[in-house]
Amino acid sequence: MSDPRVAGAGVTKFGKHPERTGRDLFAEAGLEALDDAGVDPDDVDSLYYGNFMGELAEHQGHQGPLMAEAIGLDAPATRFEAACASAGVAVRGAVQALRNGEADVIVVGGAERMTNIGTAGATDALAIAADDLYEVRAGMTFPGAYALMTRAYFDQYGGSHEDLAHVAVKNHEHAMVNDHAQIQKEITVEDALEAPTIASPLGLYDSCPITDGAAAAVLTTESYAEDHGLDAPVAISGTGQGGDNLALQDRSHLAQTPAADKAAEEAYADADVGPEDIDVAEVHDCFTIAEVFAIESLGLYERGEGISAATDGETDRHGDQPVNLSGGLKAKGHPVGATGVAQLATITWLLDGSHPRADAVPDGTVGVAHNAGGTVASTTVHVLEVAE
Amino acid sequence: MSEQAPDGEYDEWLDAIADGEAYYVECANGHGWLPPRRVCPTCGSRDLSDQRLPEAGEIATHTTITVPTPQFEDDAPYVTAVAEFGPVSVTGIVRGVDPDAVEIGTMVGIDVGDRVTTGDRLVVFRPR
Ligand SMILES: [Zn+2]
Repeated sequence: MSDPRVAGAGVTKFGKHPERTGRDLFAEAGLEALDDAGVDPDDVDSLYYGNFMGELAEHQGHQGPLMAEAIGLDAPATRFEAACASAGVAVRGAVQALRNGEADVIVVGGAERMTNIGTAGATDALAIAADDLYEVRAGMTFPGAYALMTRAYFDQYGGSHEDLAHVAVKNHEHAMVNDHAQIQKEITVEDALEAPTIASPLGLYDSCPITDGAAAAVLTTESYAEDHGLDAPVAISGTGQGGDNLALQDRSHLAQTPAADKAAEEAYADADVGPEDIDVAEVHDCFTIAEVFAIESLGLYERGEGISAATDGETDRHGDQPVNLSGGLKAKGHPVGATGVAQLATITWLLDGSHPRADAVPDGTVGVAHNAGGTVASTTVHVLEVAE
Repeated sequence: MSEQAPDGEYDEWLDAIADGEAYYVECANGHGWLPPRRVCPTCGSRDLSDQRLPEAGEIATHTTITVPTPQFEDDAPYVTAVAEFGPVSVTGIVRGVDPDAVEIGTMVGIDVGDRVTTGDRLVVFRPR
């Protein structure tokens, strides 16, 4: 069983494109990925596509075939939905199909159109990743749910809003050279602490923006890449997925993300690596606290110690354990159904040296992507390695 | 008030809370859950029975939400909390107390109230 290769990737500029349809966004990313890969579209066996709020944002279900059409594929296409981890589960499905010999070439991708429905509309749409009966009806919002987890974390392990501000400051700084990023603006700790509160203790700068965008990647088998002379040095060597109770109230932990622990353990075992091998990580920082949960679940930090990683400068581009060199969801933006594949593209580019922040990990050979859905009731973790 | 069919056992559960007879469902191995449940996600037991919810719960975490969904526009700011009532935890809105006075560990009772914005019913916690 050989590891699938990332043959090409494409990502749109993330940001506010309220007038651009989902199909147009995806077409841009998908065609860029196909061109980058140099793969004949006739050789594509399937499209695995992530999207979360298409019914609410565009009144459009059944997006798989629509998006295959948008990038000129005559191939079966399936939409994957796992809230903000939709594209992560699409990647996992593609990796499994390539490994078990069902396919030689799969396009994975995702898209989300969010700004056209306004802040209230997007807040409403994001909220339904939570349990409607038991959480949404108790006034839960997506930031509200993470605020509940933040307060539980502070209570159990300590830490402060100022520590979270350092996560935001770091990720904004990382995004400064990433032209795909939605926000290219440096902020200070004071800016973050003085920003309006959304759901206490979280403020505006603890939250990722609302984003339109798409991402796509062409994944192939190692043998297809060799036979067709593709330039595809990065392999997906490990995949993992974990689940948890949908509602926070039913979880065994409010200050940990066990679904991500399970996904990381599975992916590391699959790739035969450990946390100590990880040179670079792209993690799901939809809120600043989410980056803390992620780096602890990935085993990069002990439980309760992730909170100070950004404050101590360990996870910035000069640190020993750089996290979210793209700017993360916080500054790069978070078109929810596209995020998992955008992370895959980022890690690929960081490892092959083509990312504008690749100089932070000049000798990097192992990267990890962590994509979380809802309040981490779904998580995928993928390990990427330089294979050639 | 939305003109929709009731949501089965969830609305029956709200009725019970309003009548002062709040309950949870418990499996043969003592794991507690809120209805509707046909199986215990922890142990797989399908032998579930109704048990009386403890009178008082303890707030495990809370947030004051200032940017709500449109369905809570006129309710904001409001406090959403998760409170532990014995073997189950419940999410609800804390009323009858200054938001700044809500703390982890605050003891609350459970009730049913109305959402200001839409009139829909919701779970309400009040300090006790
Ligand atoms: Zn049980």
